[in-house]
Amino acid sequence: MVKFQGSQLDRTFAALVDPTRRAILARLDLEGSVSIGELARPFAIKLPAVMKHLDVLGTAGLITRSKTGRTVTVRLAPEPMKEAMDWLRRYERFWSARLGRLAAYAEAEEAKAGPMKTVEDTP
Amino acid sequence: MTSLTLVRRIAARPSIVFEALTTPDGIACWWGPDGGPVLVAETDVRVGGRFRVRFRMLDGSEHESTGEYIEVVKPTRLAMSWRWTHGGEPVEAGEESRVEIDLRPIDTGTELTFTHSRLQTEASRDSHGRGWSGSLDKLERYLATRSA
Repeated sequence: MVKFQGSQLDRTFAALVDPTRRAILARLDLEGSVSIGELARPFAIKLPAVMKHLDVLGTAGLITRSKTGRTVTVRLAPEPMKEAMDWLRRYERFWSARLGRLAAYAEAEEAKAGPMKTVEDTP
Repeated sequence: MTSLTLVRRIAARPSIVFEALTTPDGIACWWGPDGGPVLVAETDVRVGGRFRVRFRMLDGSEHESTGEYIEVVKPTRLAMSWRWTHGGEPVEAGEESRVEIDLRPIDTGTELTFTHSRLQTEASRDSHGRGWSGSLDKLERYLATRSA
């Protein structure tokens, strides 16, 4: 299970590296479901290129596709995104705790150094 | 999306914060993410110089990170490459991530802006169980049982 989650996280982050794919996800997040034709319109790239990006997003499990008649609509799949956001939040807590300790240490050193001077001490 | 930025105001002048970030004595006082000790802290603070820091977490696991200083502007900016290593060797192939720290003097001391970018590599490494997140899991569970 851990292994599965790991490779999922890999695929999610690999998919998120590309700015066009991030823009597609942002749009899906705002608008819910969008047809592929609509989705391709704002981008200065051809439909086949958009399809390739959608394939990457699909493989990463970040979107789902459904077909109604001739129209294929795309929708955001929230779970893998949530996992990636959870990872980032953990990373943020990790660094936040460190910076807190750094601040406490620097402030103690500052107190030892005496009043703040306008001119930096020469080494 | 694949980078993290934190801003913190510190009541100390930039030169003191810079020392805390770059001297082995300073690093030993804050680098560990929990109360565990820093075991090794080596820095060669110049462009092209390297750092290596090893720490032990409260759960007993040990972790080491190394990197190269890419920009050193005392006392206002540091940029360095970053990767988790074991005995100086990368634990896994892949691109290095990057840490950038800017120190801006303000009335009350220093405004520190911390950015860790190219995080997809770290996420990937973690997902293979070789980063620190397994240890963080254990630590969080431990703290949760203690406070329960």
